Amino acid sequence: MHAQVQPTEEEAKPGRVVRLYTPPATLSGRLWSWRYLILRRVTQLGILAMFFGTARYGWEVAGRPLLTGNLSASEFLGVIPMADPFAVLQQLLTMHVLDKEVLIGAAIVLGFYALIAGRTFCAWVCPVNLVTDAAGWLRAKLRVPDFCSLSRNIRYWLLVLALILSVLTGVAAFEWVSPISMLHREIVFGIGLGLTAIAGIFLLDLLVVKHGWCGHLCPLGAFYSLVGRIAQLRVRFDDSSCTRCAECVRVCPEPKVLDFKLAAENGLVASGECTNCARCIPICPENSLSFNFRPLIKQHNSTATQQARRPS
Amino acid sequence: MEKKRRDFLLKTAQGAALAACGGLIWTHLLRQEASAAALALRPPGALPENDFAAQCIKCGQCTNACPYDTLKMATAGSNMPVGTPYFEPRKVPCYMCPDIPCVPPCPTGALTKSLKDINKARMGLAVIDEENCLSWLGLRCEVCYRVCPVKGKAITVENHPRKISKHAMFVPLVHAEHCTGCGLCEQACPTQEAAIRIINPSLVQGKIGEHYRLGWTREDAITQDFAAGAAPAPAQPSSPDVAPKEAPGMDTLNKGIEY
Repeated sequence: MHAQVQPTEEEAKPGRVVRLYTPPATLSGRLWSWRYLILRRVTQLGILAMFFGTARYGWEVAGRPLLTGNLSASEFLGVIPMADPFAVLQQLLTMHVLDKEVLIGAAIVLGFYALIAGRTFCAWVCPVNLVTDAAGWLRAKLRVPDFCSLSRNIRYWLLVLALILSVLTGVAAFEWVSPISMLHREIVFGIGLGLTAIAGIFLLDLLVVKHGWCGHLCPLGAFYSLVGRIAQLRVRFDDSSCTRCAECVRVCPEPKVLDFKLAAENGLVASGECTNCARCIPICPENSLSFNFRPLIKQHNSTATQQARRPS
Repeated sequence: MEKKRRDFLLKTAQGAALAACGGLIWTHLLRQEASAAALALRPPGALPENDFAAQCIKCGQCTNACPYDTLKMATAGSNMPVGTPYFEPRKVPCYMCPDIPCVPPCPTGALTKSLKDINKARMGLAVIDEENCLSWLGLRCEVCYRVCPVKGKAITVENHPRKISKHAMFVPLVHAEHCTGCGLCEQACPTQEAAIRIINPSLVQGKIGEHYRLGWTREDAITQDFAAGAAPAPAQPSSPDVAPKEAPGMDTLNKGIEY
């Protein structure tokens, strides 16, 4: 996996010293380097807390329920409906006519991820990410080797299978077995055996395959990978400062998306499989990576090229 | 070229075989989950179980709206279809709020908004275990009759002769036509285990079929010769209560009897 992207003779730039990442010495420096991680955890836990508080304690803002429901379908402040577009797609395939409220909700969520945020759901919203990140962290600490290799395309097959089975069985096939929904529901509404499925995912990620669930199996992640291709929020890649040290690839949960050749061509990480988790951004010793929106990235890159052309 | 084609076909076949195996296991899981549905009592206005299973998105907004915490979300491994709303009347029954607050929040239509009158809800059907019902044993109880919100219609108390004395028994009878399945009776039943319970009607309700016609409920007389070989009855398929052309009750027991 790493071999493809490690600096090779022709890739490494002549005249550039490859520096590796050194963690900041001061606490404030460390906290700054964890800024996206902290922001992600605040977002994930904040969304969970809003669902939990509304369900258990009836949290309200100006007399309206804050956020009722769960990630499958919800309503924000009693006005904005939201729904899981993948769940709604499966339900529509069971040949049932759904109320327009859930269709509008699914369109809102789909529009947000497809046009703006990309596969952000996986790294910033999904509660399973907390579990798999914990497993990944422990795995790195314990230096667990992979038990076997899995294709990262299995998730797309499972996605297709979920849609076919929804037609054949007449129920939303993934929703009825989804450990994501189970975990989220059981946090919001009460504990049950769904947590055993989550323990299974934790062990899979810890002991069997690195990033096993989120990176190889999860059909919802596959769905958002397809949806997130044209989204505007991207990790910008500055080819002129990059030394190909590949520190970013080492921390990336979807290492294939950081293909330097493609990134240099596009000036950004183009793959829909990028979860915008921003692990790569603070770790880059040259600050070659940053969040930005597509049109701005284009503008940046064209000025950068002009400056590079100008004889100094 | 030939080898490439062979490899491609082989890979496709392998992939398809794997997908088929996975699909079978997955389908088995789904069927097992769905088969538990017969025991689940659904919120008011729920679609028939098959449609409900397909349309409920498991968001829990109905349970959030329930002011009595009657509705719960089935957790995994709880013998109910995972994530769907249900209630257990012996613990908390449905108090039949007149404004039905659980139905409007449903975003998918799994709970139908056409339900405007809570008395028209059919969440289940009360069924009496006569062998363990205090009233049927000859004691005075009638608690279920008194707590029933559809009073005097869903549960009535009838006279019933008692074998061991001259005193009559006053026994409760459930009328499915009016019972909403709210479960107040099941919660209130004073026996150790409730002798009146709410059950999915499909598990207990029979159907007499079209060939029985209850003469005493009809204005017009039933006259039809069912004897074998007789001329077919005049065609009059106007209402379902009218005798079918060929008597479906005809079999070896009543064929060819001569008076």
